[in-house]
Amino acid sequence: MKRPENLAFRLGTGLFGLVLVLLVAAIGLELVRQSWLSIEKFGLSFWRTQVWDPVAGQFGALPFIWGTLYSSILALAIATPIALGIAVFISDLTPSRLKPVLVFLTELLAAIPSIVYGLWGIFVLVPAVRSLESAFPDALKALPFFSGPPFGLGMLSAALILAVMVVPFTSSVAREVLKAVPLAQREGAYALGATRFEAITAALYYARTGIIGAILLGFGRALGETMAVTMVIGNSPKLSLSLFAPQHTMAAVLANEFSEADTPLYLNALIEIGLVLFVITLIVNSLSRLLIWSMARPARQQAAATSVPAAESAI
Amino acid sequence: MTTRARRRKLVSSLFVGFCGASVLLALVPLAFILFFVVTQGVQSLSVDFFTHMPAPVGEAGGGMANAIVGSLILVGLGALFAVPIGILSGIYMSEYAGTRFASIVRFAADTLNGVPSIVVGVFVYGVAVLPFKQFSALAGGLALGIMMIPIIARTTEELLLLVPGTMREVALALGATHARAVFTVVVPAALPGIITGLVLAVARIAGETAPLLFTSLNNRFFTTNLTQPMSSLTVQVYTYASSPYQDWHRQAWAGALVLVFIVLACSLVARVATRKLVTLSSH
Repeated sequence: MKRPENLAFRLGTGLFGLVLVLLVAAIGLELVRQSWLSIEKFGLSFWRTQVWDPVAGQFGALPFIWGTLYSSILALAIATPIALGIAVFISDLTPSRLKPVLVFLTELLAAIPSIVYGLWGIFVLVPAVRSLESAFPDALKALPFFSGPPFGLGMLSAALILAVMVVPFTSSVAREVLKAVPLAQREGAYALGATRFEAITAALYYARTGIIGAILLGFGRALGETMAVTMVIGNSPKLSLSLFAPQHTMAAVLANEFSEADTPLYLNALIEIGLVLFVITLIVNSLSRLLIWSMARPARQQAAATSVPAAESAI
Repeated sequence: MTTRARRRKLVSSLFVGFCGASVLLALVPLAFILFFVVTQGVQSLSVDFFTHMPAPVGEAGGGMANAIVGSLILVGLGALFAVPIGILSGIYMSEYAGTRFASIVRFAADTLNGVPSIVVGVFVYGVAVLPFKQFSALAGGLALGIMMIPIIARTTEELLLLVPGTMREVALALGATHARAVFTVVVPAALPGIITGLVLAVARIAGETAPLLFTSLNNRFFTTNLTQPMSSLTVQVYTYASSPYQDWHRQAWAGALVLVFIVLACSLVARVATRKLVTLSSH
């Protein structure tokens, strides 16, 4: 360790590591710098103002924050049970021959580009959702969740497409986490006469921190998803509980209006939306990483000597 | 059998059934998407698509030659920028795995990986478009590169950690410097896996649209000039999909088919490479 060329190696590679750290810092700083006009003018009211009127120079981010959170939470509600089901099925219920096939197929879902989801969303999903909405019984339409005309383009389509996109992320991390549960625990449960359901729920409970991390990771993905959502959500900055209503998200408004921003304040307000999105995803992702690490780290180091390198763990 | 035991068995089978159904439920949209992309795409895919320029509105035919070349250039630029940083920082994280700074770098990599792609686009707009008042291929490549770095870094790290420590120790015992041990012994042992990681990173980045929307923008013409706006398959598909023209919709499906094909091919190559690595390491 005392050799100078070893120190040079350490500093040299460390320098490239530093680039990553600086990049994260630079993204944060640059977003603050570029949105300063808007931060100064609107302050905290930016977060709770509903009006988004570029012509009048009025900018509030609430409809976008609402749309992003609402669509992501809906997507999570649909995707989480399915993703956990897949993770359990692949880790515990599949013969080992079939495992790689199922892993490959679910991961393919993550590999399909967002723009392809969007294209499919516009031409296949949205018309299907529209006829579903038209066929909805009137009694239910009285509820605030299902009010409004059936456009097809709107919150429901966005939540559905997000759910499909989030499933592979959550399930692949949940699978890793389940792998980290000591096998002896399940064997013990079976030896005591537990059914599959009882043994596996015990394992899930044991792995709960990591599972929550996996769910949050999916949440982080959903928050930042841009193309597919902007193509099906209808892009209308209005607060609404209705699943049928066209709404907007933070990522979508950036994709749509960024190149149209004709005043410095407009551009700054848009960049501040980017900043808000950055901060929210940063918090969600950090939390999810901490939870997953606390769960999967020790086991993975144990398994590292024997396990197969998992290319999919690079998500 | 008591009723209680029967109920427990029933709950258990329902649970197994639910898990199986979840897999099917996830495969249905996959099948649907692939089915539509292939059937719609094949109809509009022709040699012209690869060799011709976009046709003006109202004129049938035309292709995406400029966008295909543009995508290649943009992804190439991104890789050029991301590969050295990604691999060397990955080496740092695995060689000095226990250190505090390595954890910081790892955390930065995961954070960077989680930054929404559209936000990367906004950042690059601020640092590489605004100062020059010019959308450019270079800015687009930078945005894609920033997205590739964490993927490459983390895969490199994970795979280097799988190389048995004894190999490194043997090299060091023979008097090699740390750098020599890493570059001539450890990295080559993990090379197939690292290349797999690169292929996967390229596959993921080739499908990105959001970071290009306001960095490389789009260009109706053929260009290889890196300081000019450049067309890309993804942005072109987006433009066509949101247009009201039937002809353009068909072109969008063809573009989507090409994108899916690229992604699929990369994933398959990666799979085969990983399998090779597995058989190697089991000897």
